[in-house]
Amino acid sequence: MLPLPEFTVHTPASVDEAVALLAKLGPGAMLLAGGTDLLPNMKQGLHAPAHVVSLQRLGALRGVRREGDALVIGAMTTLDAVAGSAEAKTHAAALAEAAAVVGGPQHRRMGTLGGNLCLDTRCRYYNQTAFWRGALGYCLKKDGDTCHVVEGGRKCVAAASNDTAAAAIALEATVVLTGPAGIRRLPAADFFVADGARNTARREGELLTALEVPVRAGRVSVYEKLRRRGAIDFPLLSVAVRLDREDGSARALDVVISALAAKPRRLAAAQKLGAADLATLPIDTLADAALRECNPLPNIEGDVVWRKQMVRVLVKRALGRATSLA
Amino acid sequence: MPEALVTLSLRVNGDDVRVAVRPSQTLLEVLRVGLELTGTKQGCDKGDCGACTVLLDGEPVLACLTLAVTCEGRVVQTVESLTREDPLVDAFDCHGAGQCGFCTPGMLMTAKGLLAKHGRPSRETIKQAISGNLCRCTGYGPIVEAIAAAGEGRRGKKDEEPLPAPLPSWEAPKP
Ligand SMILES: Cc1cc2nc3c(=O)[nH]c(=O)nc-3n(C[C@H](O)[C@H](O)[C@H](O)COP(=O)(O)OP(=O)(O)OC[C@H]3O[C@@H](n4cnc5c(N)ncnc54)[C@H](O)[C@@H]3O)c2cc1C
Ligand code: SF4
Ligand code: FES
Ligand code: FES
Repeated sequence: MLPLPEFTVHTPASVDEAVALLAKLGPGAMLLAGGTDLLPNMKQGLHAPAHVVSLQRLGALRGVRREGDALVIGAMTTLDAVAGSAEAKTHAAALAEAAAVVGGPQHRRMGTLGGNLCLDTRCRYYNQTAFWRGALGYCLKKDGDTCHVVEGGRKCVAAASNDTAAAAIALEATVVLTGPAGIRRLPAADFFVADGARNTARREGELLTALEVPVRAGRVSVYEKLRRRGAIDFPLLSVAVRLDREDGSARALDVVISALAAKPRRLAAAQKLGAADLATLPIDTLADAALRECNPLPNIEGDVVWRKQMVRVLVKRALGRATSLA
Repeated sequence: MPEALVTLSLRVNGDDVRVAVRPSQTLLEVLRVGLELTGTKQGCDKGDCGACTVLLDGEPVLACLTLAVTCEGRVVQTVESLTREDPLVDAFDCHGAGQCGFCTPGMLMTAKGLLAKHGRPSRETIKQAISGNLCRCTGYGPIVEAIAAAGEGRRGKKDEEPLPAPLPSWEAPKP
């Protein structure tokens, strides 16, 4: 058995109450949504909050709704509900596809979009029991001062392992946070930060309340994931693609690649495409560029050479699917 | 300072129960230790295997990653709620869907949740539904067949045989 450390549970009934509680309890408190990431991590001694603030009663944060030209998805919406939402499948396909391949069915029924966006980064030297970590020597993400992945590294490079992150960035979504200072909106691309020890821009005391995804005519998006088994496994590599078309031709393309390091990366080669390139959409060139741009680290399971080679394959697959849908 | 106990009221297998729990206890611990319902198995205790799957308000979830205190007023169903006559239990028996049996309670509850939604699920739907439940023995084939048979109301090869008498020692413990 992996017992949980001791804590006190709070169950606020509104967002305001939750924010007030966080302010009162200070840094010793952590938020609990579905618990499918926080609880295993607490069982491994990675977090030991004195207070756990459960968001279970915040019904207002559940559900997918259309507001003007945006899809607003509440943070407490389960991944199952995101994956099954007709609106999400139509207007935010990459997000619905990403939600559909998180973990196994039980994780998607319990796990929430907010929890997925705020997922702790993962590393083969971090997601281990306290005994295991202690035996090897703690690393700088938790209790130590060295990195076992990058020798002499001063910065944690644990991998962003949340499937929805790359999709949210590709879809130009906005993360909505509520804190003591009120509501703050951040583009998903800025919400994620390149630091494995703390990879989101969420400030102390803030609550993620929703993800806003713009709805655009002529937009298609897809998500591809590499994993060993067809279920349960975290991504070893992931690719989200958004393609905007107007009058039958491509106007904008975004390719976001994740599960490499702490922050999902936008493929520079895709950003640089001019109007003429977009019209022909050089899939092979882009896939080759992605292979050159991405260098997986031995931070998570899976052979790095395999993960690198698969960058080209997944980018090709995603682009192929996106163009066939457009 | 020891954790303060909280009184939790919930409905387990049709009975209203009240049990004192610590905030850091999982539903799995409370079921197995507090209520002595040891049918629900603990495999990994960290969300990897599905052995601890129970129905919470009708949905298959992992009891090892559910805080007991968040189950106040909710409805829990464990494998102890299935009788020997349950078509699913019968189908598992007839198809040899349990070998060592460790995954079986979790598989049964996942299947129960599935059949409540899809009367006659396809093999593909069944495979998707049980993809969060690991089995190290059967290779999954017999489990998929058993769930399909239960959905279709078939008993498989042993269709003609009468049901064996229930084991005399077997009685669901009352919480
Ligand atoms: C075996 C296994 C396999 C998994 N496979 C995958 C996978 O393939 N892909 C994947 O992406 N994930 C996977 N997960 C992780 C997890 O199930 C999902 O990421 C899930 O979406 C997490 O959501 P949750 O609601 O359970 O989060 P929680 O565990 O409740 O929270 C996760 C983190 O987010 C914070 N948080 C939660 N909600 C909010 C909020 N509204 N505002 C601010 N902070 C918040 C919490 O404090 C915590 O730090 C897996 C987990 C397990 C155990
Ligand atoms: S990347 Fe380095 S510092 Fe970060 S968790 Fe892994 S070993 Fe620790
Ligand atoms: S014991 Fe709960 S998933 Fe393994
Ligand atoms: S029967 Fe042994 S694990 Fe499934």
